[in-house]
Amino acid sequence: MIDALAPMFSYQFMVRAAVVGLLVSLCAALLGVSLVLKRYSMIGDGLSHVGFGTLAIASALGLAPMAVSIPVVVLAAFLLLRLSSTGKLKGDALIAMISTGSLAVGVIVLSLSTGMTSDVNNYLFGSVLAMSESDVWLSIVLAAAVLILFAVFYRKIFAITFDETFARATGEKAKAYNMLLAFLTAITIVLGMRVMGAMLISSLIIFPALSAMRVCRSFRSVTLCAALVAVVCFFLGLCASYLLATPTGASVVIVNILVFAGMSLAGKLRRS
Amino acid sequence: MALITCDNVSFAYEGHVVVKDLSLSIEPGEYLCILGENGSGKSTLVKGLLGLLSPIKGKVTYQDGFRHTEIGYLPQRAELQKDFPASVWEVAASGCRGMNPLLNRAQRLLVREKLQLMGMEAMEKHSFATLSGGQQQRVLLARALCATKSLLLLDEPVAGLDPLVTREMYEVIDMLHEQKKLTVVMISHDIEAALRSADHILHLAHDANFYGTPEEYRRSPLGVRFGGGAEND
Repeated sequence: MIDALAPMFSYQFMVRAAVVGLLVSLCAALLGVSLVLKRYSMIGDGLSHVGFGTLAIASALGLAPMAVSIPVVVLAAFLLLRLSSTGKLKGDALIAMISTGSLAVGVIVLSLSTGMTSDVNNYLFGSVLAMSESDVWLSIVLAAAVLILFAVFYRKIFAITFDETFARATGEKAKAYNMLLAFLTAITIVLGMRVMGAMLISSLIIFPALSAMRVCRSFRSVTLCAALVAVVCFFLGLCASYLLATPTGASVVIVNILVFAGMSLAGKLRRS
Repeated sequence: MALITCDNVSFAYEGHVVVKDLSLSIEPGEYLCILGENGSGKSTLVKGLLGLLSPIKGKVTYQDGFRHTEIGYLPQRAELQKDFPASVWEVAASGCRGMNPLLNRAQRLLVREKLQLMGMEAMEKHSFATLSGGQQQRVLLARALCATKSLLLLDEPVAGLDPLVTREMYEVIDMLHEQKKLTVVMISHDIEAALRSADHILHLAHDANFYGTPEEYRRSPLGVRFGGGAEND
């Protein structure tokens, strides 16, 4: 097994994909605990579709994909949060509108510029070949920022996730923390989208948190467990995709599903 | 000087005026009970007192050195998510203020002291979601106590509790009021309990609000109509 895996990391693109993927998995899992509990899971999904649209436009115009996508997706995150809290449009319907709209724009732009080639496939379902060296450095810096902000505001994030009204009553700027969550989520999604694919990236946000909640009973243990699950699942998924020649993003999701099933079972057994 | 003073205040909820021309003052150490039917504006008033909602008319003023963010708020338990993964300790500790990422020593002592006061210190590692309703209320009270030194604002603290636990809950609230000298503002549907413990009653109603002592309330038209009043004397 080890012998079979050893050559994997002699490919530079595999090393890049692993570094970026592990960092993104970690960030997504930490944010995911809060997003899932605040019923914001679909925001992650909506943002990844917006990301697809912007990647398509950036590539058609020959611009740097990350540099275009990050600000647009961050903007979309604020917009989604803002509109869903003012209640003019229902949050879930709004997200579905923006998702499908962005997807349509992205597909049109890609088909007009390059034609429906394997590029589309790569954007939608991810590719380990996608990361350049500058992408890797950007990922490291942004992931570090996400981790530091998460650690610094951990207590506040718990407070607004558990009971936003109480937090606001004690003077916490709940809106600002929601914005922070949306901002960090947007960055994480854009970073992870190239490897995992626009269709699959939100699984990194949702699965580890849900798996951890099957067995853990405190917020801290859920957070730590989700982080561990995310990192392990990404690594196993990447290895599996190398050994079995399966698409990376999908393989990571499959590993996450298996872990979720296992942890659900463990949780049931523990309670009975 | 009163901790909180409402001077001819009106609050609106979704464009409708639900609390109209209300004047009241909450003195340090008093026990105010707010009654009223569903939709009479109790929750809107709570948001107003907490500073989460600005009055459309009039002004809410706070005593010098007291800010609305120092109110120990106990929200309705039904508004919390079931199955939220959090330990008793984590919930109580979320009442602590400050930007420090980890609790400092003084804050840890505070959380422990308040959990002890509520009789929940032995369960600090338990999952909040699996506690009984009464136990959850005690933990949420501990959280509120971590957030305040002076004023508790309790929104229907006994809703959904069985009679025995309800009585225990009132005993805890009385203890906090009498022994810990906390000012208590309680939203309630329980007129009997309100008349037993409160110094002042505020009854919100669409036509006219009542604000006065329990004795005055018993004699008032609203008090008579809602049962706790004159015919029982």
